[in-house]
Order: sequence, then structure tokens, then C-alpha cells
Amino acid sequence: MTTLALIARNRLALWGGIVLILVILLALVTPWLPLYPPNATDPSIKNAWFGEEGHLLGTDHLGRDILSRLLWGTRVSLAIGFASAVIAAVLGAAIGIVAGYFGGRTDNILMRLIDLIMGFPYILLALAIVAALGPGLMNALIAVAAVNIPFFARNIRGVTVGIAHKEFVDAAKLAGMGHVRIILTEILPNVVPVIVVAASTTVGWMILETAGLSFLGLGSQPPDPDLGSMLGLAKDSLITDPHVSYPPGLMILIIVMSINLLGDGIRDALDPRLRSGALSRPAAATTVDRRGAAPAFRDEGILEMTDLSTEFRLKRRTYKAVGGVTLAVKPGECLGIIGESGSGKSVTALSVMGLVASPPGVITGGAVYVEGEDTVGMPYRQLRALRGDRVAYIFQDPLATLHPLFTVGDQLVEAIRVHHRVSDKEARAKALELLKQVRIPNAESRIDSYPHEMSGGMRQRVGIAMALANDPEVIIADEPTTALDVTVQAQILSLLSDLRRERGLAIVFITHDFGVVAQLCDRVAVMYAGRIVEEGSTSDILRSPAHPYTKRLIACVPELGEGKRALAAIPGLPPAVDRLPDGCHFADRCPKARDVCRQDDVALMGQGGRAVRCLFPEAEVPGAPEAVPGPPVEAEPITADRVEAAQ
Amino acid sequence: MGSYILKRLVSAVPVVLGLTIVVFLIMAMIPGDPATAILGAYATPENVARINRDLGLDQPLPVRYFIWLTSLLQGDFGRSYSLNRPVLDEVWERFQATLLLAGASFVICSILGVAAGVVSAARQYGTADKAITFAVLLGISIPSFFLGMMLILIFSVSLGWFPPSGMQGLAYLGGGGFRDVAHHLVLPATALALVALGVIARLSRSAMLEVLRQDYIRTARAKGVDERGVVWRHALKAAMVSIVPVLGLQAGFVLSGAVYIEKVFEWPGVGRMLVDAILQRDLLLVQGGVVLVATLYVLFNIIVDVIQAMLDPRIKT
Repeated sequence: MTTLALIARNRLALWGGIVLILVILLALVTPWLPLYPPNATDPSIKNAWFGEEGHLLGTDHLGRDILSRLLWGTRVSLAIGFASAVIAAVLGAAIGIVAGYFGGRTDNILMRLIDLIMGFPYILLALAIVAALGPGLMNALIAVAAVNIPFFARNIRGVTVGIAHKEFVDAAKLAGMGHVRIILTEILPNVVPVIVVAASTTVGWMILETAGLSFLGLGSQPPDPDLGSMLGLAKDSLITDPHVSYPPGLMILIIVMSINLLGDGIRDALDPRLRSGALSRPAAATTVDRRGAAPAFRDEGILEMTDLSTEFRLKRRTYKAVGGVTLAVKPGECLGIIGESGSGKSVTALSVMGLVASPPGVITGGAVYVEGEDTVGMPYRQLRALRGDRVAYIFQDPLATLHPLFTVGDQLVEAIRVHHRVSDKEARAKALELLKQVRIPNAESRIDSYPHEMSGGMRQRVGIAMALANDPEVIIADEPTTALDVTVQAQILSLLSDLRRERGLAIVFITHDFGVVAQLCDRVAVMYAGRIVEEGSTSDILRSPAHPYTKRLIACVPELGEGKRALAAIPGLPPAVDRLPDGCHFADRCPKARDVCRQDDVALMGQGGRAVRCLFPEAEVPGAPEAVPGPPVEAEPITADRVEAAQ
Repeated sequence: MGSYILKRLVSAVPVVLGLTIVVFLIMAMIPGDPATAILGAYATPENVARINRDLGLDQPLPVRYFIWLTSLLQGDFGRSYSLNRPVLDEVWERFQATLLLAGASFVICSILGVAAGVVSAARQYGTADKAITFAVLLGISIPSFFLGMMLILIFSVSLGWFPPSGMQGLAYLGGGGFRDVAHHLVLPATALALVALGVIARLSRSAMLEVLRQDYIRTARAKGVDERGVVWRHALKAAMVSIVPVLGLQAGFVLSGAVYIEKVFEWPGVGRMLVDAILQRDLLLVQGGVVLVATLYVLFNIIVDVIQAMLDPRIKT
């Protein structure tokens, strides 16, 4: 039902369906329409023009009424097209189900055969079949059905293989059901939608093909009309009587086009990716829809965010991924942003240079000042000039973030040349130097490697080299070590630490790991559900975390060698950012939460770079409410929902 | 790369063998006495006996197949009864004309189809995308032979720019020079290209949309690559990996569509030869033509695979 509604919502598909139904109705009632007999010749009115002598669409070279032949021919073409689709679908589905269900050698032999048939340009096969059986409408039908069987067999086999190992099929086998019954009652009902989609996208094609064979004189034989043979005859007198060719040609076009529109509608309606809008193309920069004026520049750092808000707008829901973040980082400083998955830390980082995929991302408020210039709503050309030049990114998982088909050298050269007019040779020399700076051994030979030929650690070094290519002021590192193993992680961290000291880089380091923060960052901001809940110097926060969330997050970090303290996972899950609770977002997971916590928004309170968003903080923070230390965080037994929460 | 090509060539051998079996079996389906069926009105006792001897029709099926296969391997595809010349010569000569037509339109539809798909994806839901999507729909819905006829009416009859037919064949086979051939080629190659162009544009569009969502595209943007570079260099290169196999498949469609277009424009190609041979019941010519063209198509697909391997360094060669 929902599928039908979706098809109907697609206007073009709806029109396709309506037109198709009209044509089919017309074909069905043709025998009762007051028409000339389709094969009645009248030598006195050959090739009459439209409307002449009472013939609405004129006559052909034998004086036969074209309207009558058109409608009778439409009947034949529709019947033959649908018949061959049904035959191909049934036989193809049968082969596909048998191959997919039984697997093993059966599958192997059948699929080899199918591949073999698909190895032909299909017309050769159709011609060979017609040659063997002789020209004729039924033989053309057989030929078109036969060449389309492989398409169905392949599709259906793929789906069946997926179903054949599902639990309900195993259950049916254990219940002692025979293969035939399992196929008919368990497999077939699940495969039918696929068959319908495959048929709806190919039936138009089959009508074209049968018409084509008739056009060649291999299908319907004179004097019986079908649309293809009418066109074939019209071709012979094309230059003297072109009008004879319009009706059958346009009729085929109308039929096939309406079928294709409807078929596309069905396919789209059944494609879950299209419903979720996941197939939209991300724009060059994140859409900005800022209500109100941009917050003023406070001059607190080389990169300064004020009240930054970013949302994801899907059809019915709005996810507030970043809900008013204010942060600043000075040259030479490393700021850590820490939080669980989904806390909005990556979206914050990507918003800086408008890299949040849009749609669905929208920056809805605040400002991001890079060297005093607001990048939110900045013209694309200006923003592009800043990207990679003043502000560079290092991403997680370099296998996915480096282009797989360019050598690392080419990717580095490109990073340089999009910002600097230098020769290829100079850029390459610079690239080599960069690779050496990030301590890649054998840089001379590695420069021509593809990303897949390198180890994870090497790839991330390339990622760092690329970020350094234009001597940026700010580097935003989005979980750059998460995909790496621990020893490589340590190397990458010390590399970043050295580079920061040598070059006076400002680094924004995003992570979910307090261990990493402790090693690298001067200051830390803790994010929860799209907001900063605590910030301060790394040592302050590690020594005396003020927010209950921070305290519990730190308790999640394993200690090496000690083993005195059991790990304490945080019970519960972060709130969904499309249904944020009133008041403190952490209240539902907080052991100390009181009613007042759930009433009004809690502000980030504090002074001198140390602040907490809590009414009852764990530790004393100047400018914040008085500390109300809660009970020490105790280890809880590992339960299934906690494991889930941790993941 | 050399060893990869060799490997692909070797793996094509069973495919080509299987293909000959399929063709052989189809031809063995001919109901009734094949010799009479082949000869039709010319079925005098002497002729029937000669055919039976020529084709070894008195032997059991597998034996007949091996006799036929052996003669194929020796380059003997038999003689065309309707043309009274060796099948191989006729097919080869006609195939070159088809290759010219199909090749030209393959180049057109590949380049324009991919370009249309890229533009369509880059301007998703924009005017250009909508226009291209509509044109594509029209392209895949219109019968190529009807399109060809309309092109003749517009560009030959009304405007007089291009000839509607009269292609004589290639120069060294007694046809006109380059200008003449090119002049004759424009309309049929366009008609043939437009249909496949639609399919290619569609697939290119969806391949591009898929790639444009990848992380490495975001990396390119983060580096400061401008949108043109992101789309035409980064995204297109990656999308080509999934577009090229589709191009290989489309070559089969172009070759198939050539059969209709050759009739519309009276092009002296292998498609028209096959249709005439079927109508004349010249089955040896059909059989030989199908085997030869299908084999060449298999070889073409090997070339596609090799291009694919050169495009994507991750494919182990």
C-alpha cells in the first residue's frame, strides 16, 4: 500500500500509469470500435493524408486505413511485448530460484550457461533463433523472451541466494518440508517483488525489440499489422509519404515511455535509499541558513567559533547536531574536543570550512572566524581559497579519505597546486619533502604508491603531509588515530606534537579518547548531545572534572598496568538529537539529576576558560554553581545494554 | 599487464567454444529435414545430398559439431548459397562497414553519455539535470529505427544536409573516399548513438552520485580543490571504474541496434546481411555471421577489461 502511494506521489510515474492504462483500454475495446477492417485494401485511396476521405490518420500504400491498423497493431504489439516479458520473467525466475536455492554445482552450471548467453550481443541470439524457427510473430516472441531470460535469472538468483540461508528457510527444512514446497511457500513470495520490478523495467524494452524484429520483416507477417511491421512498410515509402510512419512510431514511443516512467516510479518507490534522501549530491559547501546577525568577533584566537549551530534536515525530522558551540584556539595551541559518537564533535569540525554534507546539513546560526573573517555564509570562492591553505583537515580512516585511484604523490602535488602557482616539478619536490617531514621511509619510492599499497599508519602520515602542504595556520584533526593500532597511534601523536611545536600550528583535535587528549592537548572541550558541557585546561579537567558526564567519561579510560580500578561504562545512551529533552541533556543518565535539572536550559558557566554546564558540579569551578560532589563512580557489572551503549 | 592480457585471452577460449555450441544447438533446432529447410525451393535431390555431405548431417549431433568446429578452426565457414561466395569473405567485408557505424556511434554515445551523466549529477535536480533526464527518457523510449526515419525526414529530405542512404562501403572495397563515407555516416551513427547514450547517461549519473558522497571527495574539497576539479577529476575518475564495464555492455547494444539502423539507412553492414540471409534461408551465412561477430564481441570485452585494469590500480593484473 505504501509502495502504491509512493508511486502515485511520483507525478511522472502516475502520468505514465494513466497513459498506459488508456492505451491498454483502447487496445482492449478495438474490436468493438467502428473502424475499417485493418486489412481491407482500397486501391483508389492509396497513401491518403491525415483526415482525407474519411480516414482520420490517412491510408497506407495499399489504401488500408491507418487508424484501424494502428489500433489493431497496438493490440498485437502490447500482447506480444507483455507475453514475452511474462515468459522471460517466469523462466528466468525459475532458473534463478533453482540456482540460488540449491547452490553448489547446480548454481555453477546454470550460471555458466547464463553467462554464456549474456556473452552474445542479444540481437545475434535473437536472429539465430528466428533463423532456425523461421520468421513469424510467435517465433519473434520466443526469440525476444529467450534473450531476456538471463537478465531475470541473474537478478532473481542474487536475491534467492540471500533468502536461501535465512532462518525461516532453515526452519522449513527442519520441519521436513520438501524442496518444491519450500520454494513455493517460503522463497517465491519473497522474490515476487523483485520479479515485478525487473519486469516493469524491461517490458518496454521487449516491446521495442519485438517491434524491431517485425520492422526487419522477421516478426509479424503481411498482411497482419503490428506497430513494427507498419513502420517497416512506412520506411519503404518514407520520402514520398512520410505521414504513414508517424502513427506507429509515435504509438511505440508513447507506450514505451509510459511504461518506463511507471517502471522508474516503481523502482524508486522500492529503493530505500531514495526514500531517505541518501542519494542526494552533497553541495560544494554547506548550506547556510542563519537567522539573525552573525555574532561579533571577540579576537580570542586564530580560529574562533561563536554559537555555531548545525542541523541535519531530513524530510520530517530535524537533527540538531551542533547546538550553539563557542570555542577558540590560539596559534601554537592544541584544543581537544572530546565526546561519544554522535555528540556533534565531527560536525562542529566540518562546519568550520563548510564541509558538512548538504543536503541534509545546514548551518543555522553562529559564526566561525578564521583570522578574523567569518566563514559562515562566505562566498564559495573565498571559502575554497581558505580550505587547505589556512585551515587544513586530517580525517579518520585514510583508506576512505585518500582518493584510491591517484598516487599519494599526485594527491600531494594537487594540494599544493590548487593554492600556489608552481610548476609540476617544484610541487613534486615539495611533496617529497613533505613525505620526508612526516617520516615516511623511502619517500622517493613511496611517492608513486597508491593508498591501498600502504599501511594504515603510512596512509595517515600522507594525510598529515597533505594537511601541511600549504603551511596552514590551523589543522583540524578529526579522530586521526582512531583507525590505527596503538603503537602507530603513539607515533602519529608524537609527530603532530612535534609539528605543532616546530610550526606554531593551532590544532583542533577531535577524539573520543581521554588518553589521547592527555598526551597532546593543552585545553579540552567536552561535548555532549551537540553542546559543550565542560571546558578547561587538560590538567584541570583530568584532575578535577566538574561535569558528571566528564567524570564518568574519564572513568571509562583503562589504566595501564595498574588494574586497581575497574572500568565504568556510562549507563544509558545519549539522547537522540531530534528529540532533545528540556533542561540538561545528560539528566536522564546522571545519577545526581534532580527535578530542577530537567526544567530550564542550563548555561555554560565559569570564567577564564574554565566552565561547566551543570547546576550541581562535581568540583569547584569559579563562576559556576557550588560543587556538590556525587558518589564516586563505581564499576558496574558489564551487561548487554552497556556493551551496546559502548558501541 | 602483458600477462593479464594473456590470461584474459586464455579465459576467452571456453567462452568462444561455448558460444559455438549455443549457435550449433540453435541451428540444430530447425524442424524437419535441415537440408530441405536450408535449400527451400532449391531442394533437388542432388542439392540435398550435397548439403548433407557438406554438413555431415548423416552423423550424430556431437560428431557433427566437431566436424563443424574443425572446419571453423581451419577458417572454413562454408559457402553462402544465396551469394555463392565464401561466408568468411562476405561476413568480414560486411563487418567492417558495421564496425565503422557501430564504432562511430559507440564513441559518440560514450563521450556524450558520460558527459551528460556527469553534468546531470553535478547539477542534481537543477534545470540541466531535468532536461538531460527527460532527453534520456526519450532516448531510451524511442525505437531507434523510428528515430532514424525521422532524422532522414529532417536532415535529408527537408534540409538536404546528409544523404538518407547510398553508402557504398569502404574506399578500398570500392566505396567512396573519407569525405563521402563520413557524410553518409553522420545520420546513422547519430540515430544509433542516441539510444545507448540514454542508458550510459543514466548509469553515469548514478555512478557519479554514488562517488560524490565518498569521504575522499570531502578530502578533495577540504584541500581546496574547486568544484570543477572535484567533479571532473576526482569524482569522474572514480566513477569511471563502474562506468567502463557498462560501456562494454553498451557496445553489445550498439552492435545490436546497428541491425535496425542498417536497414533504415541501407548500410551495407553485417546486420542487414544477416536479416537478408534469414529471409533467404541462407543458414550457413547466418551461422557463420553470428559466430564471427559474437567472437569479435568477446574480444572487444577483453579490451574493456584491460582498460578497466589500467584505470583501477587495485585490480590485480
